[in-house]
Amino acid sequence: MSRTTDLSHPSPAGAPRSGRRRSAPGTNRKVRRLSTRDKVVLAFMVGIPTLIQLAFVWIPTVLSVFLSFTRWNGLALSDIRAAGLANYSYVFNDSPAFWPAVQHNILWLVFLAVIATPLGLLLAVLLDQKIRGSKIYQSIFFVPVMLSLALIGIIWQLFYQKDNGLLNFLLGTAGTPQAVDWFGNSDVNIWAALVAATWRHAGYVMILYLAGLKGVDASLKEAAALDGANGRQTFFRIVFPAMAPINIVIVVITIIESLRAFDVVWVINKGTNGLELISALVITYLIGEGQSIGIGSAFAVILLVISLVPITIYLSRTFRKEKF
Amino acid sequence: MSTSIVAKGLKNDGVSSRSGSHGKSHYGTHIFLTVMAIMWLIPLGWALFTALRSKEDTDKYGYFSFGGAFNFDNFVQAWTQGGFPRYFMNSLIITVPTIVLVLLFSSMMAFAVSRVSWKFNITLLIMFTAGNLLPPQVLATPLFEMFKLTPLPYWFSDSGSLLNTYFSVIIANTAFQIGFCTFVLSNYMKALSTDLTEAALVDGAGIWRQYRSIIMPLCKPAIAALATLELIFIYNDYFWPLLFIQSGDRLPVTTAINNLQGTFLSNYNLLAAGATITVIPTLIIYLVLQRQFVEGLTLGSSKG
Repeated sequence: MSRTTDLSHPSPAGAPRSGRRRSAPGTNRKVRRLSTRDKVVLAFMVGIPTLIQLAFVWIPTVLSVFLSFTRWNGLALSDIRAAGLANYSYVFNDSPAFWPAVQHNILWLVFLAVIATPLGLLLAVLLDQKIRGSKIYQSIFFVPVMLSLALIGIIWQLFYQKDNGLLNFLLGTAGTPQAVDWFGNSDVNIWAALVAATWRHAGYVMILYLAGLKGVDASLKEAAALDGANGRQTFFRIVFPAMAPINIVIVVITIIESLRAFDVVWVINKGTNGLELISALVITYLIGEGQSIGIGSAFAVILLVISLVPITIYLSRTFRKEKF
Repeated sequence: MSTSIVAKGLKNDGVSSRSGSHGKSHYGTHIFLTVMAIMWLIPLGWALFTALRSKEDTDKYGYFSFGGAFNFDNFVQAWTQGGFPRYFMNSLIITVPTIVLVLLFSSMMAFAVSRVSWKFNITLLIMFTAGNLLPPQVLATPLFEMFKLTPLPYWFSDSGSLLNTYFSVIIANTAFQIGFCTFVLSNYMKALSTDLTEAALVDGAGIWRQYRSIIMPLCKPAIAALATLELIFIYNDYFWPLLFIQSGDRLPVTTAINNLQGTFLSNYNLLAAGATITVIPTLIIYLVLQRQFVEGLTLGSSKG
């Protein structure tokens, strides 16, 4: 940041305007003493956001854990009954959708990690070279990042339709019995949804890596080239490791995106028939028929426990170096 | 940084250096990128192509043809029949207050944790950052029940609770987005020289004046980037309105388009037009505020 000199030397005219007495101009610079008024102001500045964060994020999260050990129809608070581990037992042993959902979530993660993220990295590396039209390519790949996943579901639905979709026309099967209903057929719809998700994720990864690549010291690459390293070696041995901070962010984003995946499948068929996901099961049990808050919360807690792994890795890496 | 050591090592034993293959042509790269770019544009292009044609023409000539007229009739029909003015209004009612609240609260919080040394700074910052990383479904059920059990007078909310109000979505989005913005802004504020507030402190400026007159003006680029990013995030939010709002006429555009599939039944031309209409605001924001948007996205990841 450029230091603006006029701010480090505030004009004397500025002080009287505040209407406040100068609080001990001779105060030691090291010991920053806060006036009572400052303390009150600070308490508000910290207190209000913290209360909001606690009341609407953390307390509900804790309540999810609590509710997962109860049986409740969601009507009156007095109806809540202790259920022990019954909800978890149901989820692991009897719920028909749970294990497919786990498989789909894992598949989602693997697909994003193996296909979408490397594709985004490849695009970033190619576009980081000084090639003509780089900005145009970037803009094209970036457009899906601006779109909501719900809208992406609809746009791809038009593309995937059985009889009128472009894909089946290009495959030559449109209107024939061989035509595949890409979002409807439970054998293929998860893959079709993953392609749609990749469309967005790759662009996202690309833009983050483009920023990361710009941050890599150019002299590193030159040094490697002087040393006889080819482009591939330079990238994998020098550039990629130098981007470690971005890599961590990308890993965390990829894992969290795959756990958060919800909108696309909900738009397609509310997360059923081949598109089960843990996040969708939470909502199915919350707003579906035969509301069962306890079972829905058990799904939520499983999702929470899995999410805490990448969150902890990220936070410990981010805040490790910080000392206050 | 460990990388500088790598660099030194490389320079030292860089004796047997042969000139790198500079100035090679990028034909292969261009072919690959062009193919990818075309593939990237196909889904949107197909939606636009379908939207520009009438249902009669596509029925007559088929969806995969160029027969018939191309016009904006579907857009006009989708706009009025789909109730888009209402939905866009709802999006505006939800998005604008949320952005203002998120930026107000997160800038205050970021200021407190980054400019005032205090024992719990790092704890609070971790709590805020972690909160934003949770999948929203983890807290959806209790939040839904909390809002349902919050009694409100009927003149204020026709559901008698926070459910089915704009407030529910604004609250949930605000709480969820504060964490991210606090994290980004606190990093940004930490990078500002301490001399700035030091001098102000000597000059007798209180905490609020330091925040309002010194730090915030310097944070304008970050605030602009975050405002753009949040604008897109909240406009694109599908989940919270889906959960909290039951009345169709209170839904924002992003959640409402799902219902268009029912409204327009198998008229894919109208559905495509509806989808394209929804893309337009984001494209405008992208064209006008591209720099801020990309900056906002990368600000969040610049620190790891």
